[in-house]
Amino acid sequence: MPSIDQSKIRNFSIIAHIDHGKSTLADRIIEMTGLLTSREMQAQVLDNMELERERGITIKAQAVRTVYRAKDGEEYIFNLIDTPGHVDFNYEVSRSLAACDGAVLVVDAAQGIEAQTLANVYLALDHDLEVFPVINKIDLPSAEPDRVAAEIEDVIGLEAHDAPRISAKTGQNVEDVLEAIVAKIPAPQGDPEAPLRCLIFDSIYDSYKGVIVFCRVMDGTVKKGTPIRMMATGAEEEVVEVGYFGAGQFIPCDELSAGMVGYITASIKNVKDTEVGDTITDRDRPCAEPLPGYKKVTSMVYCGLYPADGARYGDLRDALEKLQLNDASLFYEPETSVALGFGFRCGFLGLLHLEIIEERLEREYNLDLVTTAPSVIYRIHKKNGEMIELTNPSNMPDPTEIDYMEEPVASAEIMVTTEYVGAIMTLCQERRGVYLGMEYMEATRAILRYDLPLNEIIYDFFDALKSRSRGYASLDYEVKGYQRSELVKLDILVNHEYIDALSFIVHAESAYERGRKMCEKLKEEIPRHLFEIPIQAAIGSKIIARETVKAMRKDVLAKCYGGDITRKKKLLEKQKEGKKRMRQIGNVEIPQKAFMSVLKLDDE
Amino acid sequence: MQTGGMSVRRPLELYIHIPFCVRKCLYCDFLSQPASEMVQHGYVGQLLEEIARESGYYQGYGVTSVYLGGGTPSILPAADVQAILETVRRSFCLEADAEITIETNPGTANLDKLKAFRDCGINRISLGLQSADDRELKALGRIHTFEEFLKTYQRVRLAGFTNVNVDLMSALPGQTAASWRNTLRRVLMLKPEHISAYSLMIEEGTPFYETYHDHPELLPSEEEEREMYYATRQILKEHGLERYEISNYALPGYECRHNIGYWTGVEYLGLGLGASSYLQGFRFRNVPDLEAYRKINMKADDADWRLHQDITELSEKDQMEEFMFLGLRMTRGVSGSEFLERFGQNMWNVYSKVLPKLKENKLIEVESPYIRLTDFGMDISNYVLSEFLLDE
Repeated sequence: MPSIDQSKIRNFSIIAHIDHGKSTLADRIIEMTGLLTSREMQAQVLDNMELERERGITIKAQAVRTVYRAKDGEEYIFNLIDTPGHVDFNYEVSRSLAACDGAVLVVDAAQGIEAQTLANVYLALDHDLEVFPVINKIDLPSAEPDRVAAEIEDVIGLEAHDAPRISAKTGQNVEDVLEAIVAKIPAPQGDPEAPLRCLIFDSIYDSYKGVIVFCRVMDGTVKKGTPIRMMATGAEEEVVEVGYFGAGQFIPCDELSAGMVGYITASIKNVKDTEVGDTITDRDRPCAEPLPGYKKVTSMVYCGLYPADGARYGDLRDALEKLQLNDASLFYEPETSVALGFGFRCGFLGLLHLEIIEERLEREYNLDLVTTAPSVIYRIHKKNGEMIELTNPSNMPDPTEIDYMEEPVASAEIMVTTEYVGAIMTLCQERRGVYLGMEYMEATRAILRYDLPLNEIIYDFFDALKSRSRGYASLDYEVKGYQRSELVKLDILVNHEYIDALSFIVHAESAYERGRKMCEKLKEEIPRHLFEIPIQAAIGSKIIARETVKAMRKDVLAKCYGGDITRKKKLLEKQKEGKKRMRQIGNVEIPQKAFMSVLKLDDE
Repeated sequence: MQTGGMSVRRPLELYIHIPFCVRKCLYCDFLSQPASEMVQHGYVGQLLEEIARESGYYQGYGVTSVYLGGGTPSILPAADVQAILETVRRSFCLEADAEITIETNPGTANLDKLKAFRDCGINRISLGLQSADDRELKALGRIHTFEEFLKTYQRVRLAGFTNVNVDLMSALPGQTAASWRNTLRRVLMLKPEHISAYSLMIEEGTPFYETYHDHPELLPSEEEEREMYYATRQILKEHGLERYEISNYALPGYECRHNIGYWTGVEYLGLGLGASSYLQGFRFRNVPDLEAYRKINMKADDADWRLHQDITELSEKDQMEEFMFLGLRMTRGVSGSEFLERFGQNMWNVYSKVLPKLKENKLIEVESPYIRLTDFGMDISNYVLSEFLLDE
């Protein structure tokens, strides 16, 4: 097969704030480039995990290759690289963007620019991508394309007067987007004869082929038999197959050369060998320098995952193992808890990542889980000079051994309509935020910049943000480093028994407030027993808050009518089922969801 | 009738559902609604056909009790009630001493109607009062006042009924422990043979659910409710009404046989819309949709198939569970010997984890071969009874 003419390739991403229509536009592009018949179309081809569809977001980056016959009569190859749309996956987004030459920015004609719109645009511009805007959802009654176009020009500084105004949903004007991709996104410029340099932007595990590496060839050519080396991990293998991405399927081809996007298989057994951002080169003819931007992915948030039924520990281990095959950013190691028995301490990119894994374990592996409160990694500097990274609050050393502690801090950008600026500033203040500044993007909207401790963000910050801004605020953040902080470990005692899985680390100043709320929350969660149950929050041996679950006094079924025993039994079954979803600790049965209570302290 | 008949016929109870009322009460989630006389009459016609058809399956049985429930069955003209009982008598073998109850609401039965009930063999009246306080009655959406109840009660006695139940409800909106005690006293002055005293439940799908589910503060506090509950037992006992089931009290010998049947595994056949049945180890229920019920051709082969739904065969495990959680509603409790006789297993082995724990927590007491709920066990019977569901 003759080498493909690079000038006829367009490698691009679609970037957008969540729900602004990225996936829908991707579907239309795939449909209109004729690669798929309507019958083959699933509702959203790129989002092929059930979970993603429900959440309306794309979790794993994927790619699709389509062929477009442009108005100039030429056929162009479009490689559309999909990016995850959430801050937890910032690094993955950046690597996907690095595999592109341009990006289509989708902005909702009614909502305008949001925090992630900006964050993604900046990320794209950082990678020297050509970005052009598209105004979507013009079919909405509340659409204001003129205002949004002006906003794009004012706020981002992108030319927007000729931005295609489309409805991805109805297909209206989507053809303009296709033409703009041809006209505005530059063709790749790699050297097919140079030593191989290939960027990994994703990989998945397939039980037949081993790891399938998604990559963009920057320079050189790779084909079956090429001996390759991953420059960061050092893994070496011989290429078994190369190909490109049909919609939802892998289509083998002879070679991938500079400018092309496709996949490589090489009997690689573990996705850990093919880290996102790593450079693939030819072992026998290596390039001088790896591609820039590689970072080792590290977990930001940790929590304990325990099987509700202790007998399923093995099943949980197998499930985590399987998930990790496809998700190198998932970390886990065994741990034990006095309260919860055998389980795993797991590390995640962020809270969303945690929730996704938890849901997949419950849904795909049918596991009933108890999850402990998430924690960030604290650095504990001990008086003896030792430094430990703490991921599980119950492992905190005795306070007398501690010299000082540090916690991770993130720089956050919150975009909010001006009427809620006050409320959001109050929230950030409560969450120990350090105000850095505010910019008005237009009369009605502002970006607030704060440094926020990461542990404050993971405690239901998103929910609080949404509820205090009636859904109008959006958040983008990036962890920037560690800062010294006055932190204490808050312990919870139920019926005078210390429950290790309920301990969490909190700033000394918010300890009293959190302890009080935690006790209140647990009081709601723990059902009445035959006896009174004190719930106490303590720092060391000092009790700082207390609530009491009163003893059960009444629980009687009403009239059993006309012999409807079935209904009566269902009520009893519900009650028994409720008991099953509890953890017996000492004499007290604690519902599983209570272990996540710390996340729900800002409910009021 | 031959006196020896009882021993050869298998006991069967009949429940007959009349799904009509003058107006739906605000707390009611039973299968009942107001309907025109024509609809009611048409329903009774269909019911008579169902009785005639179904009776064909129960030739070896003797009917020991008939219960006309609702809704408000007393809303029907006397002739309809008479027709129902005539059909029952003609179709089934009705025992001579059968207990035959009709639920009656104040304001729906004059003396003539009550006399007619008596004449067609009804020997027990269950009166729905709920409260002796007119404000409380109004809050419940009841159609009558206490005064109207008194008149109906008088007529019931005049008509010759000697076995009368009064339904009462505690934990009502606006109710206090004092007003509840007052309700009890005023009713006790009338010397009913039986009292059913329930706590109000806020059921989904009722107007009360809308009003009170998110506003429990509008209902009596837990402390107050407890006070009412304890007062009930004490005051009724002082008047000779003994508790024989979680919510039922009676003078000795006047316990409702029909209800006891539900708790002790007697077979019963439900007739009419949505009625539940328990027969030969199966539970099932009639279709609850009035239109669907009306359209069934009771003479056609597919009538049973269209009439009965949710047919479940009880496994031995189900039967053990029911034996326990139904039987323990009775103050006399359940008998270990009876358990052994029925299931060929020792109750203490089947519930080897549960029984000692409940005993230790003083939720049950043991008086061999019986076990029964303690007063505390009765108070939290849901908690206790759910323990008797067995794992798979």
